[in-house]
Amino acid sequence: MKKAIMMDPRDNVATALAALEPGDEIEVISTKRETVQQVQSRDSLPLGHKIALTDLRQGDTVVKYGAKIGRASRDIAAGNYVHVHNVVSDRMPLTENMLAHM
Amino acid sequence: MAQFQGFERPNGLVGVRNTVLVMAVCDCGEPAARQMAEGIEGAVAVTQYHGCIALETVPIMVGVAQNPNICGTVLVMMGCEGMRAEPIAEQIATTGKPVEIVNIQEIGSTRKAIARGREIVAAMARDAAKEQRKPFDITKLAVGVKCGGSDTTSGIAANPAVGIMSDLMVDAGARVLMIEPIEAIGAEEELAGRAVDANVRKDILAWVGNDEKRWTVPGAGVDFMCGGNIAGGLTTLEEKSLGAVHKSGHRPISGVLKVSPDHIDHLPAKGGFYLMEGIHIELQAMTYQAAAGVNVIVFATGRGGSFGHAVSPLVKVTGHPETWARMSEDMDVNASTIMEGTESIESVGKRIFDEVLAVASGKVTRGEELGFYNFNIWKQDPRLEALLGLKGG
Repeated sequence: MKKAIMMDPRDNVATALAALEPGDEIEVISTKRETVQQVQSRDSLPLGHKIALTDLRQGDTVVKYGAKIGRASRDIAAGNYVHVHNVVSDRMPLTENMLAHM
Repeated sequence: MAQFQGFERPNGLVGVRNTVLVMAVCDCGEPAARQMAEGIEGAVAVTQYHGCIALETVPIMVGVAQNPNICGTVLVMMGCEGMRAEPIAEQIATTGKPVEIVNIQEIGSTRKAIARGREIVAAMARDAAKEQRKPFDITKLAVGVKCGGSDTTSGIAANPAVGIMSDLMVDAGARVLMIEPIEAIGAEEELAGRAVDANVRKDILAWVGNDEKRWTVPGAGVDFMCGGNIAGGLTTLEEKSLGAVHKSGHRPISGVLKVSPDHIDHLPAKGGFYLMEGIHIELQAMTYQAAAGVNVIVFATGRGGSFGHAVSPLVKVTGHPETWARMSEDMDVNASTIMEGTESIESVGKRIFDEVLAVASGKVTRGEELGFYNFNIWKQDPRLEALLGLKGG
């Protein structure tokens, strides 16, 4: 089974340790390599990108490493791909210029 | 007690390379400086690209020439620069190391100046080649930590492993230095909690807070993450920062080195983990670290890195399995075993520690194999410092 790693028990996202496809069943592991939960991927995402572990409403805090990394800019369902299309920084948002380059 | 094989300088500092630095005080003299160093083993040519009245770059230039990896310096000037080579030479000379000036307009012919420069550089390189490495205690070693070309593997594999290396160094009595204040955003409380006292705590919060002011000037629309960060899965600066600070390890933070237009703090002799004001952009940040006195820089990367540094050799570590597969000839340490679940972070951290000691003792790095000696100076802008009311402006 493909794996994703949860860096802290408080996190609501995990980092994919392999490229994921819609429908993939994912084993979520801790940094101690223990199985924490399972989640079904809803999207395609590359290795190293993030998948939501719980449903998030627009404005909810996105937590990784046990700390706030930004907030949801739209509703996100468990299993969705989490990245710049649905999360914004509270401290230093990306400029339109940079987003246009992506 | 861990040791490394280095070169002792007259002021008691210990270098890990015996490099002759040929430094043009501004880019007018840079092509001549380059030809003075060309083909001479152990010589590198550098300059700064901010023009000849960029006085804010002087403390950085002095610092890199004072770095114990440098055995001697030739300062090259065209002749009419706003910043004179003489006061720079005087400060470098306080280390007891040789320093010479080649003034092109005074000599009156660029070709003659290059020939004169080559004689001096060759003589310094000959003297340096006679010196033998000697064993020194690890307490004489200073290590920089830096990350770049970061992606989400950086915060999971390479940076945590570098953090273990940092802890092992501090425990052994070495000095470790981290820069890039803007990449501590979101992690400032964690770092401040490691301050050795209330003053250092205050300095850490100002270290991050002042840089946040510089990079979030309303209306300026400045970018701070690169396309590779985002393509690599990093979504926000907070996420990048929380991954980046892992390389600082877990030990108490002993102090914050200050940078102002007329002064930079150098690393104190006392072992411990230190932070430095400055910049997060790779090569400029590495030059600041070199100016503060680091011998070797450990560079953690997700996407890869194809550079070296003119003053402090780089130990490049990647945690990305695909980067390791594609770019292993450019990487010094493989941390992707952490991503694959086949090796612990602690075990990789120990391998990085061993690699740093090997490089400090003369092992040639991947960047050095290529003959890459990048160098770039970031210039603090006194206008911005003054407009923002920041100290040092």
